[in-house]
Amino acid sequence: MSQATAPAARREPTSPPATQKDGRTAQRSLGRRLLARPEIGALIAAVAVYVFFFAVAPAFRDVGALSTVLYQASVMGIMAIPVALLMIGGEFDLSAGVAVTTSALTASMISFQLSMNVWTGVVVALVVALAVGAFNGWLLVRTGLPSFLITLGTFLILQGANLAVTKIFTGNVATDSISDMQGFDQAKKVFGSEIGIGGVDFKITIFYWLIFAGIATWLLLRTKFGNWILAVGGNKESARAVGVPVNFTKIALFMGVGFGAWFVGMHLLFSFNTVQSGEGVGNEFLYIIAAVIGGCLLTGGYGSAVGPVIGAFIFGMVSQGIVYANWNPDWFKAFLGVMLLLAALVNLWVRRQATRR
Amino acid sequence: MDRMFHPRFSRVAPVVALAAASALLAAGCASSSGGKKSEESDSNASAGKANTPRMTIAMVTHAPPGDTFWDTIRKGAEAAALKDNVKLIYSGDPIAGNQANLIQNAIDQKVDGIAITMAKPDAMKDVVAKAKQAGIPVVAFNSGLEDWKKQGLLAYFGQDERVAGEAFGNKLNDLGAKHNICVIQDQGHTGLEARCAGVKATFKGKTENLYVNGTDMPSVKSTITAKLKQDPSIDYVVTLGAPFALTSVQSVADAGSKAKVATFDLNKELVNAVKDGSIQFAVDQQPYLQGYLSVDSLWLYKTNGNFSGGGVEPVLTGPAFVDKSNVENIAKFAAKGTR
Repeated sequence: MSQATAPAARREPTSPPATQKDGRTAQRSLGRRLLARPEIGALIAAVAVYVFFFAVAPAFRDVGALSTVLYQASVMGIMAIPVALLMIGGEFDLSAGVAVTTSALTASMISFQLSMNVWTGVVVALVVALAVGAFNGWLLVRTGLPSFLITLGTFLILQGANLAVTKIFTGNVATDSISDMQGFDQAKKVFGSEIGIGGVDFKITIFYWLIFAGIATWLLLRTKFGNWILAVGGNKESARAVGVPVNFTKIALFMGVGFGAWFVGMHLLFSFNTVQSGEGVGNEFLYIIAAVIGGCLLTGGYGSAVGPVIGAFIFGMVSQGIVYANWNPDWFKAFLGVMLLLAALVNLWVRRQATRR
Repeated sequence: MDRMFHPRFSRVAPVVALAAASALLAAGCASSSGGKKSEESDSNASAGKANTPRMTIAMVTHAPPGDTFWDTIRKGAEAAALKDNVKLIYSGDPIAGNQANLIQNAIDQKVDGIAITMAKPDAMKDVVAKAKQAGIPVVAFNSGLEDWKKQGLLAYFGQDERVAGEAFGNKLNDLGAKHNICVIQDQGHTGLEARCAGVKATFKGKTENLYVNGTDMPSVKSTITAKLKQDPSIDYVVTLGAPFALTSVQSVADAGSKAKVATFDLNKELVNAVKDGSIQFAVDQQPYLQGYLSVDSLWLYKTNGNFSGGGVEPVLTGPAFVDKSNVENIAKFAAKGTR
């Protein structure tokens, strides 16, 4: 691990040698250490937003409403986690939004056109989604071009291919419904079912979202690979110099985004039966927004996996809360922009507090 | 401006400008035609108010934000809500999953009725069933002609896009058109594709689809211009929304083409263009009516148990043709932005 790159995101050594008292390695207070967590600013913001809507929107206080908010947050949040890891690793993926649609379309069309069990489509879609990620990563490490440029290209390719290929095979801009095909009900249970807790239905994506966040947190904080991610995002050259496999890390991160796109795509397909080929455009920015609100730096090398979860939760609360509060939805984007700026400012302030001696 | 006074002037300038502007305002240098004032002087279509208990109705559409067509729908819905003593909650999202979630949101709020568009009917199935389970009546409007009955909705208000397209094609035949381009401003939109497919089905000449990026007007304009230049045999440009029709008129001029322009959907600028002959005709599906009837029908159902079409037949709001022969009657309503 390279300590120089991302000290703030790492845990403090648990037992510093007690003899050194020259101030340089002095144990910081608990509050200061808490403030150093990347997601703390977002957490403060989330509590504020929750209290706010709790106060102004009576319908928001209902548990059913919380389930709706969490669902909205989870669909975005599942993608925001790998996108955040990629950002910590110093790269962007602008193709993430349409990649979701691509994998849903692939699964649907493979199953329908070849009249196969839908699980065939699901597996092929996984291969395609991972391949798109691998392609992004491979091209990036081979050419050294900025990921902004490469994934913008992939974004356009996928957007066009989504429409054109769908139209060639179905004659329409949407896929045929596969809801009466073999394996559909099973797949729907896995990707799009609901779990009733205390009389309220919670969509299964909410649970996956939390599980994925747990896995990503463990990956980032407790494994060698996590160190590699922080290192390549902080400084690629010094990471390489200390023996971090930079290319492998970057390609793996892009493939992680591919996996997320596959998962969300499967959810969309199995809960809504058909896929419209034009969807998904613009969502890539929402994933990035969730990561940024959650404390990831646009420059890489800093952030957490819990942050984007909170970021997506804030997004879900704002987008549904405006409706629960019966406000004019014309203001939604403006409100979101204000939230984004506030979150960025809180993060900035918190980080200054944390790094001040 | 004298250089010497520059620093001082720059401090004084805003004050002077502000003073001048307020003086102009005070002196009543108002425009005698157009503007907000002339718009407001027309009385609104509000006829009394129902004394039924206050109820809440949610309207959830697949509309993208900032579209003139959807604004007209919302105005219709708001007019009915005002008259019926209804609190209207309006929301919309073009992505089907998000729209379904907004409907769930309305169910959570325990509203008295929900009006939805069904651009992607399959995606609405589960949530519509939930609304039914919760005992909330649902009507569909604008899109979902094929599915509203299957999903057990109360009523449907709208036009059949395919039928509207076919009527459009027939009208072009009557006008003697030979070769048209059908301009689709949103790649991947099923309703728009259905319109162009309808035109193609009945039009006797040659027709081809042209995709443009509807969120970028300069690119719409130049794409159509390029197409007209490349193929001078095109004699009709068919657009699927009023703003695109008005842009096509400029493209035709730029390309030096003789093509004429006709379109789906209206707005107030388009009415003027039909009046002055720069646009031949428009097919109107009466969005104001769709919004109005959806809310009004839910109110009627709650207060009097009525449902339009008897739950079997859709209520069609279009296609109505607007051309030079009848545009005068519509112009005065269009000026208010309600047609």
